[in-house]
Amino acid sequence: MTHSPSSYDEMLTADGAVRPAYSGYREWFDAQDRSALRRKGQEAESFFRKTGITFNVYGDDAGEERLIPFDMVPRIITANEWRRLSKGIEQRVRALNAFLHDIYHRQEIVRAGRVPQRLIAENATFLPQMVGMVPPGGVYTHIVGIDLVRTGPDEFMVLEDNARTPSGVSYMLENRETMMAMFPELFTRVPVRPVQDYPRRLAKSLAACAPDCAGERPVVAVLTPGIYNSAYFEHAFLADQMGAELVEGSDLRVIDGRVAMRTTRGYTPIDVIYRRVDDEFLDPLSFNPASVLGVPGIMDVYRAGRITIANAPGTGIADDKAIYSFMPEIVEFYTGEKPILQNVPTWRCSEADSLAYVLDNLADLVVKEVHGSGGYGMLIGPTSSKKEITAFAAKLRARPANYIAQPTLALSTVPIFAKAGLAPRHVDLRPFVLVSPKGIDITPGGLTRVALKQGSLVVNSSQGGGTKDTWVLED
Amino acid sequence: MLGRTANGVYWMARYLERAENTARLLDAGFRMALTRDAATSQDEWRSLIATVGQTAAFEAVHGSDYAGDKVWNFLLRGPGNPGSVLAMIEAARTNARAVRTAITREVWEAINEGWMQLGDVLARPVREPALGEVLGAVRRHMTLVRGSMDGTMLRNEIHNFTRIGTFIERGDNTARILDMKYYVLLPSLAWVGSSLDNVQWESVLRSVSGERAYRWLNAGAMDPRGIASFLILDQRFPRSLAFCLEKLRSNLRWLAHEYGQETSAHEQLRGLGTRFHDIGIEQVFETGLHEFIAEFIACNQQVALAVEQDYRFYA
Repeated sequence: MTHSPSSYDEMLTADGAVRPAYSGYREWFDAQDRSALRRKGQEAESFFRKTGITFNVYGDDAGEERLIPFDMVPRIITANEWRRLSKGIEQRVRALNAFLHDIYHRQEIVRAGRVPQRLIAENATFLPQMVGMVPPGGVYTHIVGIDLVRTGPDEFMVLEDNARTPSGVSYMLENRETMMAMFPELFTRVPVRPVQDYPRRLAKSLAACAPDCAGERPVVAVLTPGIYNSAYFEHAFLADQMGAELVEGSDLRVIDGRVAMRTTRGYTPIDVIYRRVDDEFLDPLSFNPASVLGVPGIMDVYRAGRITIANAPGTGIADDKAIYSFMPEIVEFYTGEKPILQNVPTWRCSEADSLAYVLDNLADLVVKEVHGSGGYGMLIGPTSSKKEITAFAAKLRARPANYIAQPTLALSTVPIFAKAGLAPRHVDLRPFVLVSPKGIDITPGGLTRVALKQGSLVVNSSQGGGTKDTWVLED
Repeated sequence: MLGRTANGVYWMARYLERAENTARLLDAGFRMALTRDAATSQDEWRSLIATVGQTAAFEAVHGSDYAGDKVWNFLLRGPGNPGSVLAMIEAARTNARAVRTAITREVWEAINEGWMQLGDVLARPVREPALGEVLGAVRRHMTLVRGSMDGTMLRNEIHNFTRIGTFIERGDNTARILDMKYYVLLPSLAWVGSSLDNVQWESVLRSVSGERAYRWLNAGAMDPRGIASFLILDQRFPRSLAFCLEKLRSNLRWLAHEYGQETSAHEQLRGLGTRFHDIGIEQVFETGLHEFIAEFIACNQQVALAVEQDYRFYA
């Protein structure tokens, strides 16, 4: 698919004028020497390599560390736009938490007939172990990433909710560091809201969710699967920035009804685990018995209310794309308000009418697996060959409930600094949200992912996407 | 701190130290070979491989062909050598990556950059004209790491475990060099003062980068007892056994004070210390130089094992 003229460009209007959000930046940019900028770009890459900001790739080159390409043109959001966005995000995150509490308790939303029973009962990410228990502080999704796409001046839509373990926040922070190191003068010209206190806010938010048995300064640890995990850099980075221990399953053990870590002085109890290990691997006694990444017995401690697990086990059901299609109802049901942020129109292939429509229009649609993520296992109709579409149609007919379909959206574009100068590329946005009993805290910024190939709509880093620094302007 | 983290910084330090010492050893071996005929220099290279305990691994790849370029390439980059400089830098970096939260950004970057640049340098076989430059690069990168540790790390338990790793490894390495070369330091009526001896002695000193320090202390006079005494007992020389022992002592003392208790590692170290208590080089030769060194290596190893166990390095 090629870049369609109907895409909304965030920097330029249709007749080529610079929009107000970018005026300060553009003025600076036009005064720069292009080849000097190019050199800066190379410096940035060697900076990332040196500091080890890499992600590991699964598959063919397993274990290899790669860089996510960084583009030096920031993505800029005005204070007004951000204010509206924040309201919508906060509403959505409140609804997500209420929904999770409800489906693990009375399931009012099912009784009210707003969400079908089968979507919950038959969902692999629904954890019976969570039924009837309330996590410490009543919080299910401590850290949420809401994926947004923009289609017009005031049109932001939610593409995906990441309530399980959203990643990428380290790129938000390092991209800002890099921009400030490369172009310090920019930040004196353009008033950008800081993001650098995210780790401190995360530490505070997690501590506020500590169980009753915690002391005055709760002990927080980040649980990582280890150095071969694709997001290991981020796990280490966040632990480091929070001053928390970075632990692996083999460091932990249940002792005297608490989860404790093996230190050089013996075992010390911990209060809050920010886990970057999937539910399935969390506790070999409750879930996958072959897991060596988790802690045997941690779920018993959890049910006894003596450890906080962030995010709570069983939150993954909110990431399900079939559940996603019900989000407008979910938001309304729990908040009593109309949703501020719209969903992308979604056909559930489990429904006969929708399936028929989707099959007839595959060439124009994006079809996704309900449990998929990372851009794997999806069909992008407009860029697929006839053969690919036929093959996908067969899969779709075999297991319709496994898929949803959406129109291919005209995602907004932001310029990247390409060989020939500024060139528009499609972007999305993932802001990061922290939830604790003290409130919902949205960091002004986020991760902007950009499809580096001209016309491409796929922004995933595993599929050739890059990132940009995201600026939210001061009022 | 986590036991696994202590294990990580300890091994990171050991691998870095060993990589650097291997480069020093190669430097001395290369010098030595330059002054010899082909047959004698093969003997030198053979003993060098034996010093680092890689005889079986080397012969599995090259048989008994101890040609210089085979030896230095084997020790620098393998293949078939898990103890090559390249493999050790990789291992140090893997450990550093696993304990990133315990080391400073500067230390991590120094290690990561060393790994990237030496990886490039050692991507292809090293030819003779480039060897000196390559060995220099290895030492330089290790010096950068050491400097960043010294300049940026908190003097806490993390630093202590790093130092313990460094000095366990360094003591072991110096002892191995002495053990392989002890015979050139033994008093021999026939060869006293021959130029061959001088070359041998200088080579031993050079393998621990001690030739200038020794000459400076002894006004240029070379004698085997003096050299043995310098490498074993001189507390001023940072690669002597006594120096490493003293550093281990102070780092373990720090841990005992901080943790409020001693462990079996302290006990083991005291055992090792008594062997050095109040002795001169005469007693060392009376015990037998070889026996003394062998005992040091074994006790040093016991201390290392005790540290790993007492401080819960493993689950």
